[in-house]
Amino acid sequence: MKKKMLAMLVLLLVVTAVIVAGGAKEKKDANTIEIFSWWTAGGEADGLDAMFQEFNKKHPQLEIINATVAGGAGTNAKAVLATRMQGGNPPDTFQVHAGHELIDTWVTTGFMEPITFILEDAGFMDMFPADVIDIISYQGEVYSIPVNIHRSNVMWYSPKLFAQFNLQPPKTMDEFFRVAEVFKRNGIPALALGDNESWADTHLLESVILASLGPDRYRDLWDGKVKWNDPKVREALSNYARMMEYTNRDHAALANMDAAGYVAEGKAAMNIMGDWAAGYYYSQNFKQGEDWDWAPSPGTDGVFIMLSDSFGLPKNAPNRENVIKWLELCASKEGQDAFNPIKGSIPARIDGDRSKYDRYLNAAMDDFASDAIVASVAHGAAISEPWLTRVNDIMAAFTTDLDVDKATREFQAAADRYAP
Amino acid sequence: MYCSHKDKRKAIIILLPFLTVLFLFVYGFIFWSVRVSFSAWDSILPDMSWVGLRNYQELMGSLRFKTDIVNTIYFTLFFIAICIVGGFILSYLLFVHLKGEGFLRTVYLFPLSLSFVVTGVLWRWIFNPEVGLNALLRMIGFKAEFGWFTSTYSIFGFNVALIALIIGASWQYLGYTMAMFLAGLRGIDDQLIEVAQIDGAGEWTLITKIILPIIKPITFSAMIVLGHISLKIFDLAYAMTGKGPRFVTDFPGLFMFETTFRGNHYAEGAAISIIMLLLVAVVIVPYLASSLKEDG
Repeated sequence: MKKKMLAMLVLLLVVTAVIVAGGAKEKKDANTIEIFSWWTAGGEADGLDAMFQEFNKKHPQLEIINATVAGGAGTNAKAVLATRMQGGNPPDTFQVHAGHELIDTWVTTGFMEPITFILEDAGFMDMFPADVIDIISYQGEVYSIPVNIHRSNVMWYSPKLFAQFNLQPPKTMDEFFRVAEVFKRNGIPALALGDNESWADTHLLESVILASLGPDRYRDLWDGKVKWNDPKVREALSNYARMMEYTNRDHAALANMDAAGYVAEGKAAMNIMGDWAAGYYYSQNFKQGEDWDWAPSPGTDGVFIMLSDSFGLPKNAPNRENVIKWLELCASKEGQDAFNPIKGSIPARIDGDRSKYDRYLNAAMDDFASDAIVASVAHGAAISEPWLTRVNDIMAAFTTDLDVDKATREFQAAADRYAP
Repeated sequence: MYCSHKDKRKAIIILLPFLTVLFLFVYGFIFWSVRVSFSAWDSILPDMSWVGLRNYQELMGSLRFKTDIVNTIYFTLFFIAICIVGGFILSYLLFVHLKGEGFLRTVYLFPLSLSFVVTGVLWRWIFNPEVGLNALLRMIGFKAEFGWFTSTYSIFGFNVALIALIIGASWQYLGYTMAMFLAGLRGIDDQLIEVAQIDGAGEWTLITKIILPIIKPITFSAMIVLGHISLKIFDLAYAMTGKGPRFVTDFPGLFMFETTFRGNHYAEGAAISIIMLLLVAVVIVPYLASSLKEDG
């Protein structure tokens, strides 16, 4: 018995030693590039893979190390990334939400290198809308390359339900409440909501605020120039509180995709969610025009709330030259057209190859080219992460207690502390 | 216990690597967290400037943290009560009616082999207000409107949404207390019970006057184990419900995780974990003190 135990122990030690030695061997040599992301599954992972193939075609001598950390919206990945960056062991490049999440967390703290020169050298500066360049820049320098664009202010609706009650999809908040009342009288939740994670509340709120403020004052609100007791902001918060009367009762138990599913299944009339919902509908074989259709969320026609995943260049990246090659690909038409049709998003460039994209994405590209573009709050583009976690907490309480005065006070306190 | 000088030196040498690691990575970092909790570190870049109790004051003013503490207290009380009472009843039944003991013991112990994450996912579906238990109740004709873990109703600060979590957690740990009590019951001298029965003690007297006092130490240590599990609970709530509407199912562990790793509020996150440590210390330290006294 004792001998057996001893043998087991020795075996265990040997195995451990082998694993440790294997780990130590995995040194980064100059012909590699470590790309860090939380794209581990589905269209995102396949899209990333398509970009890797493009990269290999151009640079066959380089080996890609695909460093992914699973977990929705990158919560886990961000914790790992923070540890590595603070410990002076940055990946060559990493996925990050374009805008304030990148700038306030990594740029102002001095972890990133400006990469304006990559866009300028390739002549790509004019290939991105000016509003987008503005969102990815800090003090006149570009700090990340957006590889995709998603739209936040989309209202998904059930054409069947609207036809059944002879209604038109609402274009303004007033119309929204009018049709919502009809659905409510007939026992149908007008607005599907799935907020088991409170960012979904924040996501809805940003569209409601945009409807009341319009693009310029929306930007000012998140720059701290418009106060939260402004009558228009108050109107938006009151609208939000009123919308909660028309939601499905089980919203706190649902994920955002479940709520989008409610619309296509005809269980609810409308849902305001980002346009990854279109990808979800296509993947579930729901038919556009029959099971679902879309419009800009009420009162936000002509404005495009964008969010974007991007890659940047950390200072002390082990293989800086390789990262620059990768970022060139990210910014190129081939790179963007390889990634986006599979991921279900539109390119950040204005010259994407239309034939590669589906019907919804083509429509989104039209709007992206002509609309005013503002940054999403719920997805890290418009405000910093410290501010956003406060906003999410305030929303978790506000969605339940619907106390506009209290929410106004708390939002202002958060803005006072975290607005730039 | 006697040991020679040479033995003592050997013992110290053997223990030294372990003690070094322990002091560095446990106590060292507890001390570091305490220091961080008094700092102004509120972004990715460390800022160790001293701000005194500001982080703690802000926590005390935050609705979320207040809710968390109340949730933790209620959750702990109910969780321990159900596990101790339920566990004792189960073990006593097994003890007196031996039939099928081996099988039933396995059945009750089985949930303990799952992780809280699995338990959380399981009970999330059972208590989902539309598809779970409610759908079943509706099928047999009840109205079933209770929102379970999405309910925002509360009585004396007790958020009824916690009931779902308490059931899930108790389900998992009932088997553990049962096994503890069963071992304790087996250890009781048969003669003692026989004597009591001859003296005319009924079953109730037997339980309250003889059995319970004898297994008191077991009850005590089971409470300690359950208490420290529930005071720092994270995984069950994270997998099952998240923080919930108006934080009805939130706990300090969830708050700490989101604050630190989503919001980069490192100092505030450290303050939350220090308060959690103090909560656990309130339970553990008296236990350690009393067991040290017994040994000494």
